[in-house]
Amino acid sequence: MRNEEISRRLFLIQSCAAAGYGWLISHWPEVQAAQQHAHAAAQAEAPVKFEFFTPEQAAEVEAIAAQIIPTDDTPGAREARVIYFIDRALATFASEERAAFLKGLKELQSQVKKRFKTTTSFSELSSAQQIQLLKAIEKSQFFELVRTMTIIGMFANPSYGGNYNQLGWKLLGFEDQFYFEPPFGFYDRDYVEGK
Amino acid sequence: MRAAMGNEQVKFDAQTEIDFVIVGSGAAGGIIAKELSTAGFRVLVLEQGPYLRERDFEHDELKYLRQRAISNDYKRQPNTFRRTEKEKAKLQPAIIYGRQVGGGTVQFTGNYWRFHEIDFIERSRWGPISGTGFADWPITYAELEPYYTKAEWELGVSGLAAASPFDPPRSKPYPLPPLPIKSSGVLLERAARKLGWHAFPAPMAILSRPYRGRGGCVHCGFCQYFGCEVRAKSSTLATVIREAERTGRCEIRPNSYVRKIELDKAGRVSGVIYFDEQGREVFQKARALVLCANGVETPRLLLMSKSNLFPQGLANSSGKVGKYLMFNSHASARGLFEHPLNEFKSVAVSRVIHDFYDSDPKRGFYGGGGLDARFVSYPINFALQGLPPDAPRWGAEYKRLLKEHYTHTLNVSAHATSLPVETNSVSLDPEVKDAWGLPAVRITYKDHPEDMKTMKFFQQRCRELLEAAGAIKIWTREVREQSFGFHLLGTCRMGNDPKDSVVNKYHRAHDVPNLFICDGSSLVTSGRGQPTCTIQALAYRAADHIIRLAKSGQIPSSL
Repeated sequence: MRNEEISRRLFLIQSCAAAGYGWLISHWPEVQAAQQHAHAAAQAEAPVKFEFFTPEQAAEVEAIAAQIIPTDDTPGAREARVIYFIDRALATFASEERAAFLKGLKELQSQVKKRFKTTTSFSELSSAQQIQLLKAIEKSQFFELVRTMTIIGMFANPSYGGNYNQLGWKLLGFEDQFYFEPPFGFYDRDYVEGK
Repeated sequence: MRAAMGNEQVKFDAQTEIDFVIVGSGAAGGIIAKELSTAGFRVLVLEQGPYLRERDFEHDELKYLRQRAISNDYKRQPNTFRRTEKEKAKLQPAIIYGRQVGGGTVQFTGNYWRFHEIDFIERSRWGPISGTGFADWPITYAELEPYYTKAEWELGVSGLAAASPFDPPRSKPYPLPPLPIKSSGVLLERAARKLGWHAFPAPMAILSRPYRGRGGCVHCGFCQYFGCEVRAKSSTLATVIREAERTGRCEIRPNSYVRKIELDKAGRVSGVIYFDEQGREVFQKARALVLCANGVETPRLLLMSKSNLFPQGLANSSGKVGKYLMFNSHASARGLFEHPLNEFKSVAVSRVIHDFYDSDPKRGFYGGGGLDARFVSYPINFALQGLPPDAPRWGAEYKRLLKEHYTHTLNVSAHATSLPVETNSVSLDPEVKDAWGLPAVRITYKDHPEDMKTMKFFQQRCRELLEAAGAIKIWTREVREQSFGFHLLGTCRMGNDPKDSVVNKYHRAHDVPNLFICDGSSLVTSGRGQPTCTIQALAYRAADHIIRLAKSGQIPSSL
């Protein structure tokens, strides 16, 4: 987020805190615009190259992530750019997982070779073959690690590099807004006390 | 000493005579700091965590839940856990607490239930329970009532007086009307009516309207585990801590991790040694000390402060420091509904049921509690573990269920009693150390058999509520013994008998005349799963007595 965006957002938040939400409602379009702006600014640009993975490794990991949250009639891990989140995480705050991650990936590739002979590349397998192989390793620590990182990449704030265009949040129906007003859901829409 | 000018905060230099050092700035510490400084005393609050402001808080699940931005960090502050004293404790997270100025009140959900009259006298009503230190409190509800009212009005609590037929008597209504009802509240209310029970608007320490210079809730949904960006949550950070600083007599010193309490030759507290932000040891003199470091860190600090005079830990002639740890019992059931609830919006809870608050001999066991409905599940945590246990964990069907369940799931939760069992405790791990080289917190905890029955009983009630509310699918997890606590209660219990308690009814240590202890550790019994309101009422009451003692010269001060 650029500094001007931060200060603009802070100005709005602080004004709201001081004035209460009457002010907020009367300035609603402005708040909404600032919020959208903040989210747009917070979306990390897709990096030109990976910080941690080689392009080959990235293709493999992305193929696994795309089986965990596949693309069907709605976008999945691939469209949400989860691979960029995982790459950045391993390059920075999850650096202690690097060794386990690379070791697990190598083991997966040797499984590919053993089962399918023709290739060592997971991403080159058919989708059915990929699912078959992941089912065989779904209890492993490596799978758990990739699953966890895929999910975090799909649903964490876009500023971490994944959840592109809030695709993960849109899948759930979650909205990150500074302000909501009732009714919040279906059942409180027509609430009458005592009925 | 530099005086406070405008927004500038007071900073005491090493020469300034401090009347009271308070360890911990949370639910109790913040209130006592405000009361003592307002009464004219010089107060220094040592807080182990950072000083964050509203501008530092964000909607960022990764940072706050998974990277633990504002709670104890197990990488630097490891815990060990065991069921019984015979076992060797294993390294595992066992407790959570708020670790910043404002403590747990910054990220708590805001549930603000008073205890009822029965909570203070239950031992005499029910009789003894084997394997426990079940006891009456040395004070009654009536003695605490004015302080409950004071807490509600000073901090700002939303609710509806007398809406529950089970409410204890109160001298004043709530200062603010209830927050708007949510789908969870509507469903709970309808279900309760079908079952002949009584749902009422949840008392919440969150402003439904602007109050005392703070804005009302904007319903953003980031209450539990997060700091409120608009100061609508009535944390001590948003309320009394600011007022304390405004007196010009109170310094909040963050990143100050106390490791030992020092005594003079007469056996009175002379000061504390703490690690500052750079890890340097600093000795801070104090005329009197108030410990408000929470139900785990308070007993830990006393146990770390051994001396020739107190070989088993400071203020521990009774041997009860760290004992009788209570987490509260918990139970829940989840259900899926036809239409969207969107529970991610607004505060967590809007309706509560207290029909089973009291113990009932007809049930055949001791235990009582309250019920509410909510679904606090931020996106990452939901996708990691929020689906029913029979759901796939990845793939197309997993993805479909994520979409179907997130906005349609409801959790009915029960918050209930746990009994004071002496072997459930906080102690110093003999091997594991924290990042400062201090002994790690070791938790020993095994729910009493009556607590297991309580949890099973309440899980059934949760299920019945979901059925009555019309859930299309209901699931539960097996009731298991607890191994993790976020309510940390009972470990320096108050009592009249110095052989069986750590502090007297005014929170003064039986063994040390200028040492006071007030936080979750003071509780004699656990209440029904929402302790913050009572901890804060106790803090107001303790402050009144400390001021009286200091003003009458019974504890030394500059006044």
